[in-house]
Amino acid sequence: MAEAMLPGEFSDLEPFATTWCLASEAERFAQRLVVPMDQMQAFYDAITARYEDAMAYCDKFAVDDMPEDATNLMHMLYSMVMVSFPVECWGQGAVPDTGAAYLDLLVEPGP
Amino acid sequence: MAKWPKPPEGSWTEHYGLGTEPISYEDSISPEFYELEREAIFKRAWLNVGRVEQLPRKGSYFTKELVIAKTSVVIVRGADDEIRAFYNVCRHRGNKLVWRDFPREETSGVSRQFVCKYHGWRYDLDGACSFVQQEQEFFDLDKGDYGLVPVHCDVWAGFIFVNLAEKPEQNLIDFLGPDVTKLENYPFETQTERWFYRAEVGANWKLYMDAFQEFYHAPMLHAKQTPPDLSNSMQQAGFEAPAYTISGPHRLVSTAGVHPWTLPDNMLKPMERILRSGLFGPWDKPDLDYDQKAAGINPAGCDPWGLDSWQIFPNFTILVWGQGWYLTYHYWPTSHNTHIFEGTLYFVPPKTPRERVAQEIAAVSFKEYGLQDANTLEATQTMLESRVVKRFPLNDQEVLCRHLHQVAGEWVDEYKKSRETVEV
Repeated sequence: MAEAMLPGEFSDLEPFATTWCLASEAERFAQRLVVPMDQMQAFYDAITARYEDAMAYCDKFAVDDMPEDATNLMHMLYSMVMVSFPVECWGQGAVPDTGAAYLDLLVEPGP
Repeated sequence: MAKWPKPPEGSWTEHYGLGTEPISYEDSISPEFYELEREAIFKRAWLNVGRVEQLPRKGSYFTKELVIAKTSVVIVRGADDEIRAFYNVCRHRGNKLVWRDFPREETSGVSRQFVCKYHGWRYDLDGACSFVQQEQEFFDLDKGDYGLVPVHCDVWAGFIFVNLAEKPEQNLIDFLGPDVTKLENYPFETQTERWFYRAEVGANWKLYMDAFQEFYHAPMLHAKQTPPDLSNSMQQAGFEAPAYTISGPHRLVSTAGVHPWTLPDNMLKPMERILRSGLFGPWDKPDLDYDQKAAGINPAGCDPWGLDSWQIFPNFTILVWGQGWYLTYHYWPTSHNTHIFEGTLYFVPPKTPRERVAQEIAAVSFKEYGLQDANTLEATQTMLESRVVKRFPLNDQEVLCRHLHQVAGEWVDEYKKSRETVEV
């Protein structure tokens, strides 16, 4: 088995890690456009159930000084936000009626 | 029954004397009008190009492509900490001075001097030419005559403005006027956590300004972003702003807010309840410690208050949210039916990872809305260009759209007149 990306107590979320621990908004947005809805729903269900635990874990660290596994967990939480729109609003990855539009995020804060 | 009192004239539109007749959008589809805007507006008005935080150190610089003015400028913090702007052109043979990989793309960095990639001429941060390769080969060349060409540059409330006129008709503070300048009492400088979005949009720059200077569209275009119970009630209520201010060429819309935490579950996205945050920003807002009245913010005294959105002529918006953050928009024309849109979000740096995640949903929501707005514009532009319909009715909640087009027309007329005078 590949090395774990997340802290040990979040091994239940590890199956989602390679897909959703993505460091940039560009990667997360691109991912939501290609991952099927049922898989996004499964990820959404799993991560929202562990949100408080995950947040409590990350909150042990300073925003600008997080170990790699906690940073990965933060990236997974950003992905939770990203998939919430397809899952809660759209029923699809793309924002409806936005075929010709794009909006690139060129500068974003860490971690 | 109106939710908010209107001025004594019965409407904001009549109060500000803007006329109530249907308007033409010829100014947004005409290549000729775009050509006039180049000189009449974008080479006369003060243009915001960024903030001082983008130049944190001596030698920090960034470039700005001003396509409509057919030029590029470089903005730099000098060794004396002074912020200056120069046309981004080498005095030797006209090469663009500062760029990386792609000559038409903007860049930024830190440097002790600027070196032209072509023949190695060098310039100090204050624009002075400091080195000419094989200077002895030139004829009576005095480096002192070959400094970078300066651009008028001034800073207000941390916002850096340039003016491309040879001699600006007004200084920056007079141009902004007494109402906009009150905003300097708002603590922009503490909100340094920055998200910067950019896109090319297939519509005239004024059409996108229109999209964000009225909220009449919000209950309809963005209906599906909120649970059905909330969108239905929003559509039934419609949108009314408690206050509109017109101040010279600039204009403000202020809105009432909601306390999302008081809404029942069927009116909230589940993720908003989980994160205690959403489009309007984190529910637990930072303590910004400023005087709303001194900053001219929330003129109708709403509680809860939603946002104040100042449209600063020609192409700059500062939108201050009740939940303790702000954003800016820039609309940089690239042709009569295209422009570059920039949206920049600013938050107080998060003290905890939890606060950081709460900011994330505000930023992601912003993009969901922005994509819907942008795509609609392209649909509007193409059909305006058909010229099948030539006059369009604007309601009182679209008063700021009416004002923008009127001001753009006035600046163009003024310019045309001044040119006629010169030719006579």
